[in-house]
Amino acid sequence: MSAPSKPPLLATPTDLTAKRSGILVERAFIWICRFAVILPLFLLLVLIGDVVIEGLGRINTDFLTGLPSRRAEQAGIWPALVGSLYLMVLTAVLALPLGVGAAVYLEEYGRRSRLAGIIEVAIANLAGVPSVIYGLLGLGLFVRFFAFGNSLIAGAATLALLVLPIVIMSSREALRTVPDSLREAAFGLGATRWQMIRRVVLPMSLPGILTGAILAISRAIGETAPLIVIGAVVYITFLPDGIDSEFTALPIQIYNWVSRPQEEFLTNAAAGIVVLMLTLLLLNSVAIYLRHRHQKRQ
Amino acid sequence: MIFNSIAAGVARVVNGLGSGKRAETTLERLIQGGLVACGLLAIAVTVGIILVLIFETIEFFREVSIVDFFTQTEWTPLFIDKQYGIWPLVSGTILTSVIAISVALPFGLMAAIYLSEFAAPRTRTTVKPALELLAGVPTIVYGFFALTVVTPALQKVVPDLALFNALGPGIVMGIMIIPMISSLSEDAIYSVPVSLREAAYGLGAAKLPTIFRVVVPSAWSGIGAALTLAISRAIGETMIVAVAAGQQARIAIDPRAPIETMTSYIVNVAKGDVPTGTPEYRTIFAVGSMLFVLTLVMNLLSYRLAKRMRERGTR
Repeated sequence: MSAPSKPPLLATPTDLTAKRSGILVERAFIWICRFAVILPLFLLLVLIGDVVIEGLGRINTDFLTGLPSRRAEQAGIWPALVGSLYLMVLTAVLALPLGVGAAVYLEEYGRRSRLAGIIEVAIANLAGVPSVIYGLLGLGLFVRFFAFGNSLIAGAATLALLVLPIVIMSSREALRTVPDSLREAAFGLGATRWQMIRRVVLPMSLPGILTGAILAISRAIGETAPLIVIGAVVYITFLPDGIDSEFTALPIQIYNWVSRPQEEFLTNAAAGIVVLMLTLLLLNSVAIYLRHRHQKRQ
Repeated sequence: MIFNSIAAGVARVVNGLGSGKRAETTLERLIQGGLVACGLLAIAVTVGIILVLIFETIEFFREVSIVDFFTQTEWTPLFIDKQYGIWPLVSGTILTSVIAISVALPFGLMAAIYLSEFAAPRTRTTVKPALELLAGVPTIVYGFFALTVVTPALQKVVPDLALFNALGPGIVMGIMIIPMISSLSEDAIYSVPVSLREAAYGLGAAKLPTIFRVVVPSAWSGIGAALTLAISRAIGETMIVAVAAGQQARIAIDPRAPIETMTSYIVNVAKGDVPTGTPEYRTIFAVGSMLFVLTLVMNLLSYRLAKRMRERGTR
């Protein structure tokens, strides 16, 4: 951080030239700040533009519905696409009930209790644990200890634990937007705590909870490292036929293509990235729509 | 069993606080127990991570000397002459993280100051989510970007830059981390009480000196929280370095050469065909433990700083 200069804290009102140069310095500083905001966004645009230009021409039905191949121009992403969709659904099924349950406990039952305090620290820490470590957890716990092998369910369980902190934090946020007066009104009508939660709090916070859930899921389907660590298969020419089946996923297929030296495989990687980013865009549009509707209602 | 007893205990406390004489059905209690169990899962996951890492790391140190691990300076578990010194991987991680933070900190902080102190409210509400987009892009995409765009572009400016190097991925990682710094710092800077600013203005201070000598220093705990979180993220970032930084573990400060980080080592071993159950394979858990400890320290520090910020009150 470089302050343009160190102007004195107290300006003497008579010193007009100093004041004017101070204003110039301030203007310059504002422009430098604007630059600091615009440059990263510009680079993001360049990144997306570059990927789209390189990959868009490669996307056709053969690419989308084809199986992987050692020849770049024949390779497709069908097993990876299907694998990612399965992972998405399974991860959601596992992570959402658990995450929302934990959030309901923390907001509606455990407020200010000691246990809730400990859980909060655990969640804050889990949110910062690198994803590759969740891969090691999944490898030790699901793949080996529970003997799930490198299966879809092992991958989904690992990703579910990875996004659990996100689901919990966003659900708590949603629960907090429900005013206490409504809770008290429900109690006043003789509702038990759970009746109050089920009939009043959850319906009201549902859009917020869903928005967070979608963001969590889009984080999950972009994850590569944990799936590699638990041993997701890179070269697979069949579709998974059950939750205990081996699988591959979009980011893994992309990684596989990126790490090959031939230029044609990089084009495939770019095309794969376009598909992945479109999926994310679709998910996030739904999230934004839900949030918008929610805000309008309040 | 343990869950149930804890749940019952918690339930008793909660009932005593809130509901007075209301009759609690068995169903209510069951549901409450289930919800407590969901909450306890967060603790269970933390414990699970620690147990898996400790268990496998102990197995590893039965076969490899822990002294060698921390004192030797070469890391070659996959070669014929096996050396197990962690420092080359740590050095690779530090190098890429330092590059990333020296990109992310100035940009993130400037963005935070701009959004909080100068930008119109409408700019603020549109630019903030736009910056957050940077953190939402999958890291494998950034890896592709580092390898195919940033490194070739840098090669035109930096002499002797290898195809795989620390510089390109480090810079890209920095761009990815910007929103992490800007978002948290902006909250901290924005929540500095208006009265402090007004006091400075009242003493005749201009806007810039007020920002740099009053506002930013009073927001330091929040900015510190943002910085430590960003460091933790940089240490743990995996795919960008796995794709674009190479696979050569060495103690180096030259960012132009290929290096290997702790995270990219784990990925490289896991995707290869190292037989499970061998000490070579267990290295990933030993390296993972080291990585976990480093990020844990940063996360806890960040949590403490952020808590201090919240307790300070708002504007």
